[in-house]
Amino acid sequence: MAQDPNPDHDRIKRSRNMVMALALGGFVILVYFISIAKMG
Amino acid sequence: MNQIATALQAPTDWRDFYALTKPKVMSLVVFTALCGLIAAPDRIHPVLAFTAILCIAVGAGGAAALNQWWEADIDAVMRRTAGRPLPAGRMNPVDARDFGIVLSAGSVLLMGVAIGWLAAAILAVSIFYYAVVYTVWLKPRTPQNIVIGGGAGAFPPLIGWVAATGEITAMPIVLFAIIFFWTPPHFWALALFVKSDYAKAGIPMMPVVAGEQATRRQILLYAVLLLPLSVVPWWIGGTGAVYGVSAIVLSLVFLALSVRVGVRRPLSEDDAMKPEKQLFAWSIIYLFALFAALVADRLVLS
Repeated sequence: MAQDPNPDHDRIKRSRNMVMALALGGFVILVYFISIAKMG
Repeated sequence: MNQIATALQAPTDWRDFYALTKPKVMSLVVFTALCGLIAAPDRIHPVLAFTAILCIAVGAGGAAALNQWWEADIDAVMRRTAGRPLPAGRMNPVDARDFGIVLSAGSVLLMGVAIGWLAAAILAVSIFYYAVVYTVWLKPRTPQNIVIGGGAGAFPPLIGWVAATGEITAMPIVLFAIIFFWTPPHFWALALFVKSDYAKAGIPMMPVVAGEQATRRQILLYAVLLLPLSVVPWWIGGTGAVYGVSAIVLSLVFLALSVRVGVRRPLSEDDAMKPEKQLFAWSIIYLFALFAALVADRLVLS
């Protein structure tokens, strides 16, 4: 894969990926707890 | 639609996506929705309550993103909004549009599945109302844009209430009406001191189209209407005296500040607009305090 020559761009992409991962992880956990709450 | 030329080289920072959701506006949306949910007579599981508030916040964020996508050209010529991600050229408009659609659709779907389809339907209506009826249709066409568009901001406590109870009753409609009648004096106070910005952008805000004096009279009119309306929840037995007395005091201060703005004569160009700025600041405190009183009253009653 081609490397982005600008290190600042890499930093922005990394932080964006991190936020996306946290959001998706949070969503999965939320759905799990919603399921538990709806069953209870 | 905006025609902002974006020669984007850099990827968009997540903070710009976050800014697209208008976090400051969202804080008021979350607060009023939470108050509606807590003030409702029925209780729901805390996880579901959290989910309902999250959906309302995300839906409001999605609508705000669509609003900024559509208004990027207008935002670019207004000093207050020129630094936003789209007019500043830090974001591709298509990304902003898709972000808004995903947030809006996702929040409605999650609300429907997790909470109920009545709350989801009202959330969908509120997003459509803000992103399409207000942003696309009303705002560029009529000086009454804020009056009718105020409905968009009035939905959160109604949705919060319906999420908890599953039905629409008189109380959430009154809460809706309070925010509906609060919105015009709140925005027109702002419009009075950023009038030149709106004129430059071609937005027919009341002070630009009807003039300052007409705007001042209308601010006063809405403040007068807001006083009895804010006490209706107490009159109909939906709340106790904690809310009732708070509403009277808060609304009287709101009215007093509105009278100061309402009776002012045409001013010089370099006027500091202090009473207008004070009214705008108080209007924000007013809504927070009024809904906090609603919650405090519910906690006292229970």
